[in-house]
Amino acid sequence: MMEQKNYRAILYLLPALLFLAVFLVYPLADVFIYSFEEGFNFASQVYHGIGLHNYRYVLRDPYFIQALRNTLCLVAITVPLSTGFALLISVALSSLPTLQGLFRTIFFLPYVTNTLAVGMVFLVIFGRTPYSDGLMNALLSVVGLGPVDFIDGPYAAKMFVLCFYTIWVVLPFKILILTTALASVDKQLYNAARIDGTSRARIFWRITLPMISPMLFYLIITGFIGAFKAYSDAVAIFGTSLNNAGMNTLVGYVYDMLYGDSGGYPSYASAAAILLFLIILTITVINLLISKRLSYHTGGSVR
Amino acid sequence: MKKLVSVLTWILLIVWALLVLFPFYWMLLTSFKSYGAYNAEFIPRFIMTDPTLDNYREAFQGVPLLKYLWNTLFFTLCTTALMMIISVLAAFAFARLRFPGSDLLFLLLLSLMMIPAELVVITTFVTLTDLGLRNSFPGLILPSVASVFYIYLLKENFEQIPDSLYYAAKVDGTSDLKYLLRVLCPMCRPTLMTITILKIIECWNAYIWPRLITDDPRYYLVSNGIQELRENGFGRENIPAMMAALVVVSLPLIILFLVFRDRIMEGVARGGLKG
Repeated sequence: MMEQKNYRAILYLLPALLFLAVFLVYPLADVFIYSFEEGFNFASQVYHGIGLHNYRYVLRDPYFIQALRNTLCLVAITVPLSTGFALLISVALSSLPTLQGLFRTIFFLPYVTNTLAVGMVFLVIFGRTPYSDGLMNALLSVVGLGPVDFIDGPYAAKMFVLCFYTIWVVLPFKILILTTALASVDKQLYNAARIDGTSRARIFWRITLPMISPMLFYLIITGFIGAFKAYSDAVAIFGTSLNNAGMNTLVGYVYDMLYGDSGGYPSYASAAAILLFLIILTITVINLLISKRLSYHTGGSVR
Repeated sequence: MKKLVSVLTWILLIVWALLVLFPFYWMLLTSFKSYGAYNAEFIPRFIMTDPTLDNYREAFQGVPLLKYLWNTLFFTLCTTALMMIISVLAAFAFARLRFPGSDLLFLLLLSLMMIPAELVVITTFVTLTDLGLRNSFPGLILPSVASVFYIYLLKENFEQIPDSLYYAAKVDGTSDLKYLLRVLCPMCRPTLMTITILKIIECWNAYIWPRLITDDPRYYLVSNGIQELRENGFGRENIPAMMAALVVVSLPLIILFLVFRDRIMEGVARGGLKG
């Protein structure tokens, strides 16, 4: 009887395990092997050595350096700004007496829309039309600022558009998580503080922030990971030839190595992907150590 | 002081709401401007003067938009259905049937969640290319099916259903599969629906994998379709027609969101998806 039951449980699990083995476990093992196979030829499936050549090649590739610089810049700008801004908006939203539902719905809208589609709208807003410098420049000229080419122009301008769009895309998720966290803070704490005559600022720093700190750290950690994996947002604005636009990201570099005009090098792609993974892993471990030290402990679970 | 804070709060929220809504407004507005009028503008116009539906005609006739939409619908439905079937079965096995080592296996499964997609995509791409599955629906669908996260979410939910129901069903001679389909699934309908909707959103917006595995426009999904539109376009750069295509592509999800907004937001908040 018992034997038969085990057998049936495995049967229920089989489809899922099969899919996971074929599309998750096997490729994961394979990617490490690929990254050490030197001179792998896609067409004939042969290689002529094992070693670190792929890693050396990637680390010396100017396009990789460019992608790394862009990604670090994007991470350094968007993670603190989006987290801070999300916190500001969430606190403001939670203090609202009415219309909370309406604002929450509007703020969440970017989450469900196609990144490519809205990115192209941003392209149109920031780009030029045949007889004008485009909407953004029209607005800038009102305050007396001169036309800037946001799409093909200086690096700072392009980076600004990318960061702005990235923040626009990631905020809905962060606002949702933070408003949920704020709503779950025990109201008695606030009442007790108010009876004691505690100021609003002090309530925020001493009660609100510590109570939502686990969720805040969760957002910072996932925010770093997400920003390091940026890609679709850049494609939406600058097109698929990101190397030429000088706006490639690390994930974009991996895919360009794999496929497309510059593709056909799965070994280089694997090495670059593993380097990216190591960077993310390091940052995440550092983040976890910091959050463990700073986070307010309730003794229970995060939620 | 208190009044000032309250005023600033409203300003902040309204400004951000406008910033969120503006791209959608601009998309809609531009899609109704005629090609000539849009390109002749010296100063961008914020209101509609001569609305035209030409762009929508152009979007459907100039490029195979309908084909892209159909492909995406087919891809989304197949992927979501397959994902639901294997996830429900697996979650049931972990939550109810259990067997020696099932806890350990589940732990291993959870650790798979930490694997970044970027690492896995490379070799999956090579494997499927070798199998000749490029530019095919199996190539698009199969790698998108497995999801550890949804198995986890379902297992948690299944475990909340009292054991006594299961034993009662057993006494009545109900088979496991029948119990799963007739008792467990109906009781867990909210979670099942949430997962379905989240997966549909994910599929509709999929870009990276479809882009890798297809380079034949006959198999393009909407994301790749609009990227193609942008790069090769309507024979000429036609922004209003492009915006019309974007409206068509975005509308289904926006409607889905407005109908199920509470369920979607609750599901995302609970799951904490999307890093």
